[in-house]
Amino acid sequence: MRLEFNEDQRALQGSVQAWLGKEYPHAVWREVALGQRAGSPTFWNTFAQMGWLAASLPVAHGGLGGGTADAAVLAECFGAALVLEPFVSTVVLGAGLIQASGSTEQQDESLPQIGEGKLRIAFAQAEANSRFALNDVQTRAERSAGGWTITGEKIAVWDAPDAHWLIVLARSAGSRFDSDGLGLFVVPRNAASVSMQRFAMIDKRPGAHVKFDAAPALAVLGDPGGALPAVQRVVAQALAVLAHEACGAMQAAISQTVTYLQQRKQFGQPLADFQVLRHRTVDMRVQLECSRSLALHAAFCAAEDGAAADRAATAAKVQVGRAGRWIGHQAIQLHGGMGMTDELAIGHVMKRLLMLDTFLGNADHHQQRLARITATQATPS
Amino acid sequence: MIDAYLSPSDCAFRQEVKAFMREHLPPRLARQQRSHSHLPKEDVVAWHQILHRHGWGAPSWPKEYGGTGWTPVQRFIFEDECALADAPLLSMFGINMVGPVIYTFGTETQKQRFLPPIVGMTEHWCQGYSEPGAGSDLAGLRTRAELDGDHYVVNGSKIWTSDAHKADWMFCLVRTDPQAKQQKGISFLLIDMKTPGITVRPIISIDGGHTLNEVFFDGVRVPCANLVGEENKGWTYAKFLLGHERSATPEVSRTKRRMVLLRELAATMQVNGQPLAEDPHFALRLAGAQVELDALELTNLRLLLDDAYEGDGMAAASMMKLRGSEVMQLVTELTLDAMGPGVMPYEPAGDGSSQTPGAPDCTLGRVEDYFLRRAATIYAGSSETQRNILAKLIFGT
Repeated sequence: MRLEFNEDQRALQGSVQAWLGKEYPHAVWREVALGQRAGSPTFWNTFAQMGWLAASLPVAHGGLGGGTADAAVLAECFGAALVLEPFVSTVVLGAGLIQASGSTEQQDESLPQIGEGKLRIAFAQAEANSRFALNDVQTRAERSAGGWTITGEKIAVWDAPDAHWLIVLARSAGSRFDSDGLGLFVVPRNAASVSMQRFAMIDKRPGAHVKFDAAPALAVLGDPGGALPAVQRVVAQALAVLAHEACGAMQAAISQTVTYLQQRKQFGQPLADFQVLRHRTVDMRVQLECSRSLALHAAFCAAEDGAAADRAATAAKVQVGRAGRWIGHQAIQLHGGMGMTDELAIGHVMKRLLMLDTFLGNADHHQQRLARITATQATPS
Repeated sequence: MIDAYLSPSDCAFRQEVKAFMREHLPPRLARQQRSHSHLPKEDVVAWHQILHRHGWGAPSWPKEYGGTGWTPVQRFIFEDECALADAPLLSMFGINMVGPVIYTFGTETQKQRFLPPIVGMTEHWCQGYSEPGAGSDLAGLRTRAELDGDHYVVNGSKIWTSDAHKADWMFCLVRTDPQAKQQKGISFLLIDMKTPGITVRPIISIDGGHTLNEVFFDGVRVPCANLVGEENKGWTYAKFLLGHERSATPEVSRTKRRMVLLRELAATMQVNGQPLAEDPHFALRLAGAQVELDALELTNLRLLLDDAYEGDGMAAASMMKLRGSEVMQLVTELTLDAMGPGVMPYEPAGDGSSQTPGAPDCTLGRVEDYFLRRAATIYAGSSETQRNILAKLIFGT
């Protein structure tokens, strides 16, 4: 087995790239980002029609069975074009959590809807004081006559404003840091007692702080007190996909920079002739290749047992977090003043890379996790 | 840390400035300075006039032109205390840039006409240097000024012009001798921004704010009396001014302030229920950044006490610009990391600044600052340009 996408995946990649190049150039992205053109559901429906939303979903539920690796192919293309649609939130995290925790009936009902573009999901996980710890949850789930009600506050929820469902990580038992007692609760975005402070995020993706005030849950996915292992597994898959999205964005940063350096002249020659700028570009490219290797490894491990997948995903997130931030900064530096303008794409690529570093844990967080995972592996001689 | 190297009278001066800040800097202005990377003109003016009433309107100027007559060390102390108190940044184009050019090379009439409104901040300036085709290669500029009677007629364009939309005047480098090579044939003109034929187009920067502009000149008539010094000798004045810009730009003190705010943030944010500041990994990174900042601050002081910034020697200014911008960016990046997932929301506040909804008050203005200061290694001579200058000094070629 090669550490590369297979032929089918490369074909998918080619068709997605071709479509985005034609239908989602930077000018279109800009209109969507500034709210001058509706993103969801127009583009989302098209993605569904193209079969992209079903690509990674299981065959038994109307999907094409491509798994995390196919989601990675798509995310890489989406990252390069700075796509604003809720792909990771809905197809990777949303569908992933339903697959990992939901009942057969829940899967039967919702997964095909996701593939058809009819159900968009946001994962409400982080809290004001949780930083990146998945177990640090103060939002409470309480049993009521009709089922469960949710009370608490989630911050910086990706894609919440346009989601149909919020999947909320909430505590049904135990105290703040306990690994037990956590459940996944489905709360419709427009339910009573759900209030949202909407905003654009750094990369223009829609986001919100969400407040639940005894909001009734539509459903609970699996064991209301034992969701953490499934969440960790799905987050590891999401990290692998995010790593690919970051590789797409890094690739875009580098190719835009190379083009700029070839075109821009100073001191009577193209900037591309200056050795210091050539070397910097080479270092960016080397960082991208290292990122790509770890990202591919993480995507291919995602189906394996928990420990291997977790280790690979964590390492990939550390690498893309650091490389992505650095490449974004260097791309702006090499664009000079032009790189500082809102008008050019490159600043927005840098911001996407910052978002991808931050979401579900930044490089420092995952490096600390990796330190804990690997610390026990060596024994004294 | 550094007061041990200052004389008793300089230490007393620091206390005097500190007391002044306590008494005269309105808390509203300090908050505006923190929350606005693009400070509104009225706030800059308000602070400048407070200083002016105290005789401190032109901190770096000689007394005879309305300045303070401070020594370089006193100027440094003043900047330090301003930064630590979050005093609004003064508009540098008048005070630090064109003012010194005018009192050094200008005519008596020019001095009388232009200097008092700079000290009193009743006239604002902007700088017409960079052009679309002349950035790091400034001498490649093409905006032309042709003599027509007792006027120059200016055609061309400038880019990255900070505050052009707020300015009354621009000091501008123009080509007066198209035959001359590069640095020769450039002149230094003072242009009234209200002159017909000038168009200002805003450039929105990556933080979402507006300071930068593109300025177009279409047959703009400038009286010959507004030429500074001699025709075709403008490069000399430009170089003189760049030296001033660089010695003013290290911003060491502002980065010290950023570090104070970062420590406040790290004490506020939590990780596993504990303050982030006590997280060993973050504490290690913070300490690493502190070492780099200490080294920067002490190097700046060492150069200052050695008079290395004075005269024509550009080495000190280049080195501090280079290193100062790097340390500044290190601290702004660490600030982002400290914010955790709360760093992701970002939207216009409706008053020219951008905010981070839901984040604690100590994060005020920090994300905008991070975005805008990506330019610190680009503006005022990019890091690559500074390294070229320093390499030439080291190798002699």
